[in-house]
Amino acid sequence: MRTFPVHGGPHLSPPRHVRHVMVDVLLALVPGIAAHVWFFGVGVLVQLILAAGFAIAIEAVALRWRGLPVRRIGGDPSVLVTAALFALCLPPLAPWWISLAGMLAAVVLARHAYGGMGYNLFNPAMVGYAVVLISFPREVSGWIAAGTQALDPLDVIRTILAGDLPAPLRWDTISSATPLDTVKSLAARGHMIGEIRHDPQFGDFGGRGWEWIANAYALGGLYLLWRGVIRWQVPVAVIGSVIAVSAPLWLLDADVHPMPLQHVFSGGLMLAAWFIATDPVTGCASPRGRLLFGIGVGVLTLVIRRWGSYPDGVAFAVLLMNGAAPLIDRYTRPRVFGTGSHA
Amino acid sequence: MPLYPFPGGLRLPAGKDTLPPFAVCPLPERLIVPLGPPGGPAAFCRVAPGQPVRRGTRLADPLDAAGAAVHAPAAGVVAAIGPRVLADPKAPVRCVEILVDGTDARETLPPVESPFDADPAELLQRIRDAGIVGLGGAGFPTAIKAGTPCRHLIVNGAECEPLVQSDDTLMRRQAADVIAGARVLARITGASEVTIALEDRLTAARAALAEALGANTDLRIVTVPSIYPSGGERQLIYSLTGQEVPGGQPATAIGILCQNVATVAAVWRAVRHGEPLTARLVTVAGRGVMRPTVFEVRLGTPFEWVITQAGGYAPDAARLLEGGPMMGIAQPHDAIPVTKTTTAIVVQTTSETAPAMEQPCIRCGECARVCPVRLMPQQLLTAVRREDWAQTQALALRDCIECGCCSHVCPSHIPLVDWYRFGKAELDRRIDTRQRADRSRALFLGRTQRLEREQAERVARVAARKESLAQAAVVVTVETPSAPAAGEPSPAPSTAPRTMDKAAVLAAIARGKARKAANPPRPAPPAPDEDA
Ligand code: SF4
Ligand code: SF4
Repeated sequence: MRTFPVHGGPHLSPPRHVRHVMVDVLLALVPGIAAHVWFFGVGVLVQLILAAGFAIAIEAVALRWRGLPVRRIGGDPSVLVTAALFALCLPPLAPWWISLAGMLAAVVLARHAYGGMGYNLFNPAMVGYAVVLISFPREVSGWIAAGTQALDPLDVIRTILAGDLPAPLRWDTISSATPLDTVKSLAARGHMIGEIRHDPQFGDFGGRGWEWIANAYALGGLYLLWRGVIRWQVPVAVIGSVIAVSAPLWLLDADVHPMPLQHVFSGGLMLAAWFIATDPVTGCASPRGRLLFGIGVGVLTLVIRRWGSYPDGVAFAVLLMNGAAPLIDRYTRPRVFGTGSHA
Repeated sequence: MPLYPFPGGLRLPAGKDTLPPFAVCPLPERLIVPLGPPGGPAAFCRVAPGQPVRRGTRLADPLDAAGAAVHAPAAGVVAAIGPRVLADPKAPVRCVEILVDGTDARETLPPVESPFDADPAELLQRIRDAGIVGLGGAGFPTAIKAGTPCRHLIVNGAECEPLVQSDDTLMRRQAADVIAGARVLARITGASEVTIALEDRLTAARAALAEALGANTDLRIVTVPSIYPSGGERQLIYSLTGQEVPGGQPATAIGILCQNVATVAAVWRAVRHGEPLTARLVTVAGRGVMRPTVFEVRLGTPFEWVITQAGGYAPDAARLLEGGPMMGIAQPHDAIPVTKTTTAIVVQTTSETAPAMEQPCIRCGECARVCPVRLMPQQLLTAVRREDWAQTQALALRDCIECGCCSHVCPSHIPLVDWYRFGKAELDRRIDTRQRADRSRALFLGRTQRLEREQAERVARVAARKESLAQAAVVVTVETPSAPAAGEPSPAPSTAPRTMDKAAVLAAIARGKARKAANPPRPAPPAPDEDA
């Protein structure tokens, strides 16, 4: 007789681990990051590295505090995804402490205060971004114009770390508005969309540069879809609802309402549709729930862009829907096989 | 014929690219034949130690309808009868141990010469006498299932577990038995429609069945996609008919009988050749055995013997399963015998059993996507962990078929099925306690009510007697109020006393007092505990 240790089933090696999911997400971000760097310079990379460093350090301290093994980070690099998504929302020359503040909010407030990975109600990256956006509006909207990538990397690092701008630049010259800012402020002053779009900031369908970044995000998103990391419902619902709501308005009066593609290809919408609203932890789990969640994100984004006080609104839309997700999940349970009831 | 894809499911690596060779497993020295399921009641034993038996000698009768007869799997002598520690070390099972003599002399029941003219009741009795149970792994007595009339008989050859190829082998080797057995079962149940279903990759088995069927059209052979768990009874029925078997009910409730192919073949052999169930096909597979093989194994053969016949363990063998890798159960040792429900013996190696690092649930919803019952496994997990039993029931924990799809895909490597098994056991325990409590409360309430009723009846009897006495007195004193009509309030006693026969009244009161003294009123019972 030979004895064996017993173990619960099933006994087939699982095909995938959380780590693989997170690594896939990071991989999928690569094209978007590359496009971002192309249009906005190495500052983007510096922000990514800063955020990642802060995130790991804070996560380690938080795990320590909670009496959990610090090596957990190795099995669950989700904090890096948080850092990356946060950093991609920042202006490339934002000072370093913005990153620190954002990561503190994201990791401590959004993640660990709720019980750590898997238990957070709100998307940590968006919590971090919302906190710095509300607290430090000037620093977080200081975008350089797309195409200023030619800045010397050393100058960029000095700017971010010490706040010293290289000689020819001044803060008021670099804090040029993003295309969505321009739409918002000019429209508020009564300009027609048609005129606004003659501004050199705009490209074919979104902001100049922004539209290519958006395309690159979509490419990464398709990769995730192919890998089975995300499901089609969220991106389709976000993009679909934005188009469905903005198209009739635009057709009615193209002078007041931006065209649907403009909405889809500017700001953080594409990033949100593929990478942020698809975050499983803070989204919905059932297929119908995901559709509703995505529709909510799309519609709220438009509402905030049109009537809110922020030009983009994606982050707030996502956070609002995060809060609604458990409720949506509760009411979108599928009908149990062999019963007439929705469990 | 249209197929209806069931929800969820997985395309699993089948691991069945090459069919392992078929062999008849040699007889071991000793057979261990359990007389009942682990933890369940043992059957009534008909033999005694020292008694010679032949293959097919009836060893035990079932205790109740849920049991099945047990037969000697080989000729020899009964060496011992007693409890043996089998798979579950906590619950020893009563077993008959047979010292095999190697003659392999057999005894059979009288063959039914023309099964298709025979009386269905006779055929059913034969299935019962031959000890046939569901060989697909469930082990439910076939005679009980087949005893319900139905309109559609489904013969299940969709063996969906990876590695397991017992049914595939059986269909290729005994296609004629399968088809004949299906006809017998159709006759017994009156089924007008018979479908033999198998997975689409079993082309050889399909060809064998088609050849055995010839040009006949009374049976239909249908292939279903190889999506695990396509061989699950409820999933298969849905795939073929689009009908969902209501949760908690057997398929016969919607007029469908589903039987595994091996069971059907065994039915034919029992009916036509009088052979009791004494052997079955077992797939011995996995990287942990040297020569994977599909064996015909006598029931009662210890696993270790079977594995030795398959070349023994690989050096890094690390886990022993009864059943396939998805639904099989890990066994603590290999001294357990092959039983009627052993479809496969799988040995895994250290590389396949590396412990997965469990992470918190990331709510990715993959588990829900693959669940064939459309449960929300991750919400169920939370409910079971919180021990929120009302919620587990609301989330239909009982409808979980423990297919393991959710655990398999979970990127956090959460052992979801283990939690559900725990939850179900806990629910059972609770329901059991609850039922016991309800029963005793019902008894208690019944007794209290009975006592109250008796008391009230006594009071009424006394009053009635007083009444009749009073009327008798009225009659005597000639003042004649008419007797009250039924249903009308009887006149208040206080209106009559002046005319009553005082002696009679006093006597009645004395009688009442005496009775009261004999039956003192009981103290009021405590209010039953609502939460009991
Ligand atoms: S598959 Fe695992 S991690 Fe994903 S929702 Fe289900 S339980 Fe959670
Ligand atoms: S084990 Fe249960 S919950 Fe998990 S997939 Fe199968 S039926 Fe669904």
